[in-house]
Amino acid sequence: MIVADRKPLDEILEMIKDYSKIMIVGCKGCVTVCNVGGSKEVGILASTLKIARNKEGRPLEIEEKTLERQCDPEYVDQLKDVLDSYDAIISMACGVGPQFLSERYPQKRFLPAVNTTFFGGAVQHGTWVERCAGCGTCVIHYFDGMCPIARCSKSLLNGPCGGSAGGKCEISKDVDCIWDMIVRKKMEQGRLDELLEFRPAKDWITARDGGPRKSVREELVQ
Amino acid sequence: MSDLKSGSNLEKVLKAGHFAFTGECGPPKGANVEHLKEKFAYLKGNVDAVNVTDNQTAVVRMASWAASTLMVQEGLEPNFQMVCRDRNRLAMMSDILGVYAMGVRNMLCLSGDHQRFGNHPQAKNVHDLDSMQLIALAKKMRDEGKFLNEEDIDVPPKLFIGAASNPFADPFEFRVHRLAKKINAGADFVQTQCIYNMDKFREFMKIAVDMGLHERCFILAGVTPMKSVGMAQYMAKMVPGMDVPESLIQRLRGAGKGQVAEEGIKFAIEQIEEFKGMKGIAGVHLMAIEWEQRVPEIAERAKVLPRPKV
Repeated sequence: MIVADRKPLDEILEMIKDYSKIMIVGCKGCVTVCNVGGSKEVGILASTLKIARNKEGRPLEIEEKTLERQCDPEYVDQLKDVLDSYDAIISMACGVGPQFLSERYPQKRFLPAVNTTFFGGAVQHGTWVERCAGCGTCVIHYFDGMCPIARCSKSLLNGPCGGSAGGKCEISKDVDCIWDMIVRKKMEQGRLDELLEFRPAKDWITARDGGPRKSVREELVQ
Repeated sequence: MSDLKSGSNLEKVLKAGHFAFTGECGPPKGANVEHLKEKFAYLKGNVDAVNVTDNQTAVVRMASWAASTLMVQEGLEPNFQMVCRDRNRLAMMSDILGVYAMGVRNMLCLSGDHQRFGNHPQAKNVHDLDSMQLIALAKKMRDEGKFLNEEDIDVPPKLFIGAASNPFADPFEFRVHRLAKKINAGADFVQTQCIYNMDKFREFMKIAVDMGLHERCFILAGVTPMKSVGMAQYMAKMVPGMDVPESLIQRLRGAGKGQVAEEGIKFAIEQIEEFKGMKGIAGVHLMAIEWEQRVPEIAERAKVLPRPKV
């Protein structure tokens, strides 16, 4: 899923400093699963903003709403009759949400309340880790299901580099060296020869480097 | 390994069977050409080629290609270093052509320290190619006369291709295989990470020799003399993939006040002496980090002078 972190309160307060009536829109997709932008977090942010603005003596009126998904026009449409009376709308979805909202309602102002961080999953309650870089051409079958594009700090296809020490990446003892894990798994299973093969330069056209991407499924397009 | 691939001095020295001795020079944090030339003077005539580092430790410095060309003008032979962190394949290929046009004949292909170590940790990194792919690219440009996209090169760059190897990084069991992979990709010579743990290096070289790697590539052992106990402790604790045994730190500490640097040099000279007789070792790469002024003395005491004329 897409993982995100809530922006610092001060940054959100700065974005809305000129407004007195706003709406906060949550999303029941990924950001609900990673506990950052679902209806619960919408409520918490609304209360926190109201308290902060009351302290400043500039009360804030806030409407709360959470859509099924913000990355789908069908659900984005549900806001069409309620947006007009608000100065601005804060989206708590990933970076896709405020953009889909802006495109559908170009006359309104939409503000992001979260920083979208990566594609990943939860390894324990409250901890999410990156697993995919969305490069558009998956290569993890070469690496026993482990992705060096997303998980090696240098995206090496022929690792590990000389900075791998004790199973950790050179950038931090908090970061596992994915190449150490790849090599050890191959060694344990007697398949080290698979790593002796040279992996050629990657074609980054399918990644963001090739420009903004689009996926069209002809059978679904009406 | 008889035919010359680049005609560089380093290649000729190695192929003539001499024990090679290479040095290193970090470009300045600025455009101070005079200071750079002062450092060149300590190296000239005392080494076969000089590695010109490329924004080492991810700290911005004068471009390695520019310092390399200055070196050519001063009559020294550079070993132009290129890291994958700061360039995509277009920049890599154009820089390779550029340095060759300016008289550079050796190139060392590296991944590069992550920018988090450096003075611009906010930078976007590139890593379009990795060091293995860069080696293969330099070889393709030289031997096939083609760019990565298979287009022909009008006057291919004939470079002597180098790679790095760190026998002390993990997983140890894979390190010699990664070296073999670099040789298969096209490395003509290899310079190792700074060696301090001699036992582990002997073990590494035994495996490399058993695999016959020394017959397919020239392996130069990396030596960096310790200047102080603090430097040894820093390298031991703070530099990932560096193996500094406690016994060496104790030895340096035991040298006493004012004598630590001399003890560091003594250890380096003992190492060089052993490398001269170590099977599979074709030379030494001396990385006297910001200590170029001591290179003439170290070369003299290590009995590697005069350097062969080939």
